[in-house]
Amino acid sequence: MNLPFDIRFEKRSEDNAWWLPAATSLGAVVVAFIVSGIILKLIGGQPLVVGKFFWEATFGSWATISDTLVKATPLILVGLACSVAFKMKLWNIGAEGQFYMGAFFASLVVLVPIVPLDSPKIVIIGSMMIMGMIGGAIWGFFPGFLKAKFNVNEIITTLMLNYVAILWNNFWIFDRWSDGGFQMTPTFVKSAWLPRLADYARQYKAFSGITLHLGVIIGFAAAILVWWIFSRSRWGYEIKLIGDNPKAARYAGLNISRNIILVMMFSGALAGLAGMSEISGVVHRLQERISPGYGFTGIIIAWLAKLDPFAVIVVSILFGALIVAGREIQPSGLAQLLQGIILFMVISSDVLLRYKIRIVRTQPATA
Amino acid sequence: MNLEIILHAGLATGTILLFATIGELITERSGIINLGVEGMMLVGAMMGFSVSLSTGNPWLGVLAAMFAAGILGLAHGLVTIHFQADQVVSGLALTFLGTGLALVLGEGLTGKNPPLLPEFTIPGLSSIPFIGPVFFTDLSILVYIGYIFIPLVWFYIYKTRPGMHLRAIGEKPEAADTLGVNVYRLRYFYVFVGACLAGLAGVTISLAVSPGWYSAQTTSGQGWIAIGLVIFAQWNPLRAAFGAYLFGALQRGILDLQGPAVLLGFANPLFINSNWGFFLKMMPYLLVILALVIGSRTAIKKHIGAPAALGIPYIRGERGL
Repeated sequence: MNLPFDIRFEKRSEDNAWWLPAATSLGAVVVAFIVSGIILKLIGGQPLVVGKFFWEATFGSWATISDTLVKATPLILVGLACSVAFKMKLWNIGAEGQFYMGAFFASLVVLVPIVPLDSPKIVIIGSMMIMGMIGGAIWGFFPGFLKAKFNVNEIITTLMLNYVAILWNNFWIFDRWSDGGFQMTPTFVKSAWLPRLADYARQYKAFSGITLHLGVIIGFAAAILVWWIFSRSRWGYEIKLIGDNPKAARYAGLNISRNIILVMMFSGALAGLAGMSEISGVVHRLQERISPGYGFTGIIIAWLAKLDPFAVIVVSILFGALIVAGREIQPSGLAQLLQGIILFMVISSDVLLRYKIRIVRTQPATA
Repeated sequence: MNLEIILHAGLATGTILLFATIGELITERSGIINLGVEGMMLVGAMMGFSVSLSTGNPWLGVLAAMFAAGILGLAHGLVTIHFQADQVVSGLALTFLGTGLALVLGEGLTGKNPPLLPEFTIPGLSSIPFIGPVFFTDLSILVYIGYIFIPLVWFYIYKTRPGMHLRAIGEKPEAADTLGVNVYRLRYFYVFVGACLAGLAGVTISLAVSPGWYSAQTTSGQGWIAIGLVIFAQWNPLRAAFGAYLFGALQRGILDLQGPAVLLGFANPLFINSNWGFFLKMMPYLLVILALVIGSRTAIKKHIGAPAALGIPYIRGERGL
């Protein structure tokens, strides 16, 4: 090709302005919405009508804002789970499976039961949280162990374990715990439910019908914990060092194998906590399809948030809105399509952070 | 439970994995990981099904499937080759994009009956005892194409000049560039070829092996299994073909365990309570993990492994880290 100009990528030498990463991410999301609108138009939809509907269904009233936040809750936790692993360049694609295992282990507390069901609420909820984290951590341990000991690619193992976890859950809800032949367990006792704003409707009229539950606070707390680990603790520093420069980390005497396993378990525990929060705060029993792919959305969220725990919260709310609206928007794959386009736009826009793009004339213009 | 039947059916399901695995293998040989196989397969399955339905010609469906998946592959190429984005994340984005696109465009295709690709028996070869009924009887034309495809790919990669260039750009792109090989252009080309093969794998499902459009269930993780098989195969096309057929047969054999009421003289627990089948369905996924462990251990022993430049963007004029 002999174009009269040449597109050059010049490496940015100076540090980027603080607002540039956020601005490119925002720009990428906007472009993604426009591209999706065009696709929708091409297949005969009405993007503006869908857009208006989208807004009303997600941020239109207090009740819908609450719905959006409820959907954002598991996303915050899985988004954090993915960020933690990605910081060490560990590709944990298994948050989905860890989510299901967290939900399964948390259910054990009520269905076995592990603690007496007439215990105070705080005991039941507390043990469910711990069990949820244990379940997710176990599911993160296997790929971490295989990676550390045999150098087995964690992308494939975490992914395969997703399918295994879902089938495992299905066995229990179709067979052992099936409630009268339905593919779900009996509803949990009330003391295993995370408190919701609607529970206080008697004192505060405005809360009636608001389904927002305590899980969102758990999500915020987890974000603060992750922030603390990565900006204040020695362990967080080690993880970042291993992720950025494994050779240097090895010379510095860090135990990489041990950290691979620990980070995978920590990541899994966060995803497991998301599973616990979902069954204890929303569905109140174990059933099929408790996750419409939260674990996978978590990957996009982590990347879009540039692995920053507080940005994860903001992005999760956006994606929570996408899921809320996506439940009602036809055709059904649209939300997933939009997610894919957003992620594509974001990773493409990253080039703007690393390079200046210059269009340089290579030949004298001929009149 | 009949070995002949299991192997015969395994060849058909194995052909799906064969095309997807070889496609990913070729892409990875050029130095690019494309994790979007599942998404590209779904788009291929949907496009092939839909075009065959609307034109009445399944071969046009095959072409459309390969082309559509190829275009998706080029998007991955653009983002990873020119924008130097992380290949893992871009591949995941492609999975979402492909799945979403296939579900949106595939609305209303379920339950339709487009013309399918032909199945036939090869005269002469089919009368060889055991081999004939397994390999050459009542199989889709794509299965036979697969047989021919394997040695061709092997010959191309190891014995031809372009094949040498393919290996070179995946192992040492700077050296290839110095010798006048256009690294960028070839990487685009092989990402495209790999994506087309993923599309072919998709259409192998929807128009041949298990015809129909069942939204995301159509592929149900086969694309990911293919990526695992590439590692298991240590980037060798013959091992990849072996792995693909082996997995095809295993997947089939496992499902067949549910059939008989009596197994090895015992009452079959799977027959009495079909819910035990959930554990059977876990097997293919667990076997992939097992295959990876075996593959990784032999790789360490024999000092072979992934192409050296796999996953690393090539930037002309910049020295690698």
